Amino acid sequence: MTIVGWAQIALVLAIIVAAAVPLGRYIAAVARGRVTWLGAMETLFYRAGGIDPARGQDWKGYGLSMLAANAAGFVLLFAVLRLQGMLPLNPLGLDGMSSWLAFNTAVSFVTNTNWQAYSGEVAASYLSQMAGLAVQNFLSASTGIALALAVSRAFARGGVKELGNFWADFTRVTLYVLLPLTLVLGTAFVALGIPQTFASYVTATTLEGAEQVIPLGPAAFQIAIKHLGTNGGGFFGVNSLHPFEGPDAIATALQIWGQAIIPFALCLTFGRIVGDIRQGRALLAVMIGFVVLATAAIYAAEAAGNPLLTALGVDPAMGNMEGKDLRFGLPLVALFTATTTGASCGAVNAMFDSFTPLGGLIPMFLIQLGEVLPGGVGSGLYGMLVFALLAVFVAGLMVGRTPEYLGKKVQAREIKLAMLAVLILPTTILGFTAVSLVLPAAVSSIQDGGPHGLSEMLYAYTSAAGNNGSAFGGLTSDTPWMNVTLGIAMLLGRFAYVVPVLAIAGSLAAKAKAPESAGTFPTHGPLFAGLLAGVILILGGLQFLPSLTLGPIAEHFVMLAGKTF
Amino acid sequence: MSVLRPAVTMVVGFTLLLGIAAPAVFTQVAGAIMPAQAGGSLIERNGQVVGSALIGQNFTGDRYFHPRPSATSGADPQDSSKTVDAPYNAAASAASQRGPTSQVLIDAVKERVAAAGLTPVPVDAVTASGSGLDPDISPENAARQVARVAQARNLPVDRVRALLTANTTAPVLWLLGAARVNVLRLNLALDDAR
Repeated sequence: MTIVGWAQIALVLAIIVAAAVPLGRYIAAVARGRVTWLGAMETLFYRAGGIDPARGQDWKGYGLSMLAANAAGFVLLFAVLRLQGMLPLNPLGLDGMSSWLAFNTAVSFVTNTNWQAYSGEVAASYLSQMAGLAVQNFLSASTGIALALAVSRAFARGGVKELGNFWADFTRVTLYVLLPLTLVLGTAFVALGIPQTFASYVTATTLEGAEQVIPLGPAAFQIAIKHLGTNGGGFFGVNSLHPFEGPDAIATALQIWGQAIIPFALCLTFGRIVGDIRQGRALLAVMIGFVVLATAAIYAAEAAGNPLLTALGVDPAMGNMEGKDLRFGLPLVALFTATTTGASCGAVNAMFDSFTPLGGLIPMFLIQLGEVLPGGVGSGLYGMLVFALLAVFVAGLMVGRTPEYLGKKVQAREIKLAMLAVLILPTTILGFTAVSLVLPAAVSSIQDGGPHGLSEMLYAYTSAAGNNGSAFGGLTSDTPWMNVTLGIAMLLGRFAYVVPVLAIAGSLAAKAKAPESAGTFPTHGPLFAGLLAGVILILGGLQFLPSLTLGPIAEHFVMLAGKTF
Repeated sequence: MSVLRPAVTMVVGFTLLLGIAAPAVFTQVAGAIMPAQAGGSLIERNGQVVGSALIGQNFTGDRYFHPRPSATSGADPQDSSKTVDAPYNAAASAASQRGPTSQVLIDAVKERVAAAGLTPVPVDAVTASGSGLDPDISPENAARQVARVAQARNLPVDRVRALLTANTTAPVLWLLGAARVNVLRLNLALDDAR
């Protein structure tokens, strides 16, 4: 680790936080319906859909609308992927995807996971990428942000049934937040060298006379929303490592900015919606704290290099470079990795499968902590609020008072629902991993021997259930078993989680908002932030440390002992 | 059902807007104002495309600087159902995906270290890149290749070293990223040097 390395990390983080302040304010205005510069188009959507944007929905109505929009998105995307061979904008004449793969991919993009069992330049036509996958990059992100706005409103006032109108939130977030940001970031990406063309692949003749087929495509626009929406599904097979997807250090820094900016800003939006900006800042501080610690751990582990290679006569000065390209440098790889796994994005600018054992442990553990640090767009905020309820509950137990959060009494019903939500992640991850480690059809997907093989399988279900989408790429994931079970894990991680969260929101919204009193536990200071961080760490640690011990931690000691597989 | 109409309208409407109209206009505008970048930063020599400035390619002869090892593969020309090693196959980017304790990785690196000569070897010279298409090598790696290239080309070592220095890119703003040498650009400069 070097001073220059830390200066890079600090600079990029500072730019994200500086931009989160105005963006948080802007999203709050969008949520209130005060932003109208595309009013004509917005109205057109409402008219065509027969929607009254001013009509509030209770949590069930809001949730049902959300599920309907996502189901429709799934059906259309599945059809496009299956039929791409017959559709236009397919210059390479690619065939339709198999039904297992199309199911997995459609679920993956609708749930904002973007797990990819296919490789972009080999298996997806320009139309599938642009009008199929990229559209879900937008809509799954708008879904997450809309849900976060609905849950935030539950804390704003007392005695209300309605959480807002899903269709209005969904339309406004897409038109006023995601589309303009995508156009701006996409333009910067083209300037840095990311292609944006409908021309077919180009065949070059190299200086030594060989042929090289260079893939192209309408990539920059899709890559911009891939980060802004914390989707993470690469246009090209190796994601942001591809020289066309991550052409230089500026591009990778902008992608880090893109994948963290909305999750950070939404904390401040939450503060504005509940009328106390300090509440949002406390949540943001916890998120940033974890991102910095995780970045430091990854940076240190990767900079140390692989001792097994050093023993062969490799200079360890540049760290562990297997599976990494040169142009980003380790500090930005570490920050990118911490934000992409902390933020449920899943884009990668280095291959996690080839990380040192401890370097690979951190991204996996960040997902297992619940995808709230800072979490996906929207899902990070509502996930964090679930942990906040658990934190005040723990504090309430310690002092023997009924816990309150933002003036709302937190009672048995909310805590039961919160526990139901947080148990979905470990149940799905550990359940599927355990079954897959004894099932021959699944075990054959593992590439590496020893503890690393276990890490590959554990990471896959962690990534799917956490709706992250990154992978230990050695695993063969395009098999019927993996496609179906990972698809189910993604659905559970997204929708089985969000239903209890909406139910909590509905229940809290109806409660009276008690005024602050001398006995109120303040939820904006360092004491609460520390408690919240502790709850997140203890819950995640207790659930996943045993499996991590068998995977990356065992591998670390095996590596130090010089053993290979 | 009351949610069906808005759901279908929204998905179809946004597909037309975000999946067709917006990227189509964006592509036109990007192609008009930044045609080189939007088209893949292609490099032409005598009217023929020799590669992209951003995509690495394989060089094996002594007359050229060599890139990093690449783990990409391609279809076997004898049997299209199988794949064979095809370094720098840009049509199918890939990494080795080998874990740190993988014997396959250790064996591959051992072989490359043995071929590289003097130890310690710069790590980028003996490890496969993440994309399989890394266009760059480290200045340390390039410096070790200067003598070989100079001899094969009958050029003074200082001349080759000067070309290397001229084609070394510093970190952005001397801060972001790492110092690197674009192998294709350096090799083009070598071919131009008389």
